[in-house]
Amino acid sequence: MSKELPAQGRLRADLVIEYPFTRTTGPVVGAFMTGLRDRRIVGSRRADGWVFVPAAEVDPDTGNPLSEIVDVASVGVVETWTWVDPPRPGSPWDDPHGLALVRLDGANTPMLHGVLVDSVADMATGMRVEAVWREERVGHITDLLGFVPEGTGTGQPDRTEKSAVADPVRSIRTPIRLEYDFIPSAAAQEYLRAYAEKRILGNRSPVDGAVFVPPRGVDPRSGVETTEMVELPHAGHIGNFCVTHLPIPGRSDLPTPYVSAWIHLDGADIGFLGLVSGCENDEVRIGMRVQAVWKADEELGATAENILYWEPSGEPDVPVEQAGNRAWLGEGMSDA
Amino acid sequence: MREIAVVSSAIHQVEALTFKTDVQLMVPLINEARDAVGLVQADVGFTCSGSSDFLAGQGFSFVQTLDAVGASPPINESHVEMDGVFALYEAWVKLQIGEIDIALVYSYGKSSPGSRRDVLAVQLDPYTVAPLWPDAHAVAALQARLLIESGAVTAEELAAIAVRSQRNAVGNPNALRASAQMTVADVMATAMVADPLRAADLAAEADGGCAVILAAGDRARELCDRPAWIRGIDHRIDAHGLGVRDLVTAPSAALAAMRAADSAGFSAGSVDIAELHAASTAQVHVLTVGMGLGGDVRIDPSGGSLAGDTLMAAGLMRVAEAARQIASGDADRALAHGSSGPCLQQNLVCLIEGD
Repeated sequence: MSKELPAQGRLRADLVIEYPFTRTTGPVVGAFMTGLRDRRIVGSRRADGWVFVPAAEVDPDTGNPLSEIVDVASVGVVETWTWVDPPRPGSPWDDPHGLALVRLDGANTPMLHGVLVDSVADMATGMRVEAVWREERVGHITDLLGFVPEGTGTGQPDRTEKSAVADPVRSIRTPIRLEYDFIPSAAAQEYLRAYAEKRILGNRSPVDGAVFVPPRGVDPRSGVETTEMVELPHAGHIGNFCVTHLPIPGRSDLPTPYVSAWIHLDGADIGFLGLVSGCENDEVRIGMRVQAVWKADEELGATAENILYWEPSGEPDVPVEQAGNRAWLGEGMSDA
Repeated sequence: MREIAVVSSAIHQVEALTFKTDVQLMVPLINEARDAVGLVQADVGFTCSGSSDFLAGQGFSFVQTLDAVGASPPINESHVEMDGVFALYEAWVKLQIGEIDIALVYSYGKSSPGSRRDVLAVQLDPYTVAPLWPDAHAVAALQARLLIESGAVTAEELAAIAVRSQRNAVGNPNALRASAQMTVADVMATAMVADPLRAADLAAEADGGCAVILAAGDRARELCDRPAWIRGIDHRIDAHGLGVRDLVTAPSAALAAMRAADSAGFSAGSVDIAELHAASTAQVHVLTVGMGLGGDVRIDPSGGSLAGDTLMAAGLMRVAEAARQIASGDADRALAHGSSGPCLQQNLVCLIEGD
């Protein structure tokens, strides 16, 4: 989605989260999905004859399992509806459409789906509708294109041969994609902008002077706001590290094995994450002194990616017992 | 049962917290709630929060927000991926156990970076409903139409609920929608957002946060002049599927209200004010009828969630607003309601009383 951005060229980024879910259906929901693939709609029947559509695995009243699968009609009645305009991103529909709870003949509960008519004026509670099907069906709720007024469908048969026994649907894919308009906090904006000038900024705590990098606008130990920015040198030591042998999906620029480390800048009281290179991986050690290797000046941007990696500086190590976090050690936590 | 009261609260709610992180939002609110009763974090025996990673777009986002509390030395802490009103319930249980006397509850939601009405689709059945991406307004509209066509209420009566909310919200700094002049005719003249619901029928989407301090017994009396005693609290849930329950009633809200009344010794219908957490005017009607709130009950004196609905905090804000009515002496008995899930699936009722 696009949102209007404020003036002054504030930093922003698209943040997209995608979950490629594959869901196991089990026998009851699987029967419903298998039915859709065969252009049939099925429900699950309770002992008293009550039929749940879509087929429910358990009786919501008692929690008892439901296992008897029964066919219902692919025609029914609209119990309630609304009109969706514009159509929602991610939905199967590209045009404005009705959305309704439709109770199919033979069912006791209604199911949600689209009603494909031209305008809101064509929608009414109580209207009779019939299912319309996708040509290519895989066993998914979107195999059903939606419902249209009864008698206006394509006239295709509403039953095909049952494939349930030979090849039941066992899982479905339901990818989820969510888009966010990510705007960093004021402290993070300043931090990222400073990178473009090859500067590294931290926040100094008003409580005891401890310096936090990246600056997050708060001293997390005390829940006190931090506003004072301090510029930090481009050198420090390794507080801890990890050698990674497995590739990260989407990061082909990171040949394995690689070393990621907590870099403790001189004058900072906590570490931040960086890559270590410029030496053999097995030479990396806690307390090793390192310095930043920056991108070429013409490639600098408002991003922490400006620092390509940290390389050994050749200075004597920080003793292991003095390496790492010091912000939580109390007073007098200046750097070694 | 131990006597437990709301002794202070802080609320901030706006249309969009564009440049503030969750931490920057919560630092002043948590401090305001603690400072109001002279407490520091070391005095707090248990801290419980409510929020959603789906809003932050980031896993375990609540862990970062603990930065706002001051969690060093380590604190006793918990989190629910729900509205903060359910975190308040957990804190109330912890206080009932008796090992602590003070609890901090907070929650927050910043839904503005995403499309909230669409994000909410992922809470629906992931097999047969969510892949259709029905948005939250459409789902609320399906319920509203059932209600109207059942004859329980008219569109004009729903508009009157919107008018009442906006009138009550005048003077509430945290309300997004307030108007002393708006009429039913004004509402009816506006376009449908999700037929039969108009914009004024749908809760105003907001970003914000809320912090509440709970204290037990004499400790509560020491901390403030008029504690808002939680005399009864209960939450109940209905079936998830939209097709398997009666959407024009909220059985779980009615049951929770009855159970809370059993503990409180007074009924939901006997309160002076009620703060309701509803996504639509239709839901306000369902709750009003379902919990037996009669004509004497002033509903949503703050404007309620219709005037500003911060996802994950709107329920906790209802408790805070109800407690403020008690603390100020404007009410002696109050009901605060919180909900979760589509179409009032889950409901919490809190009955509050002043001395």
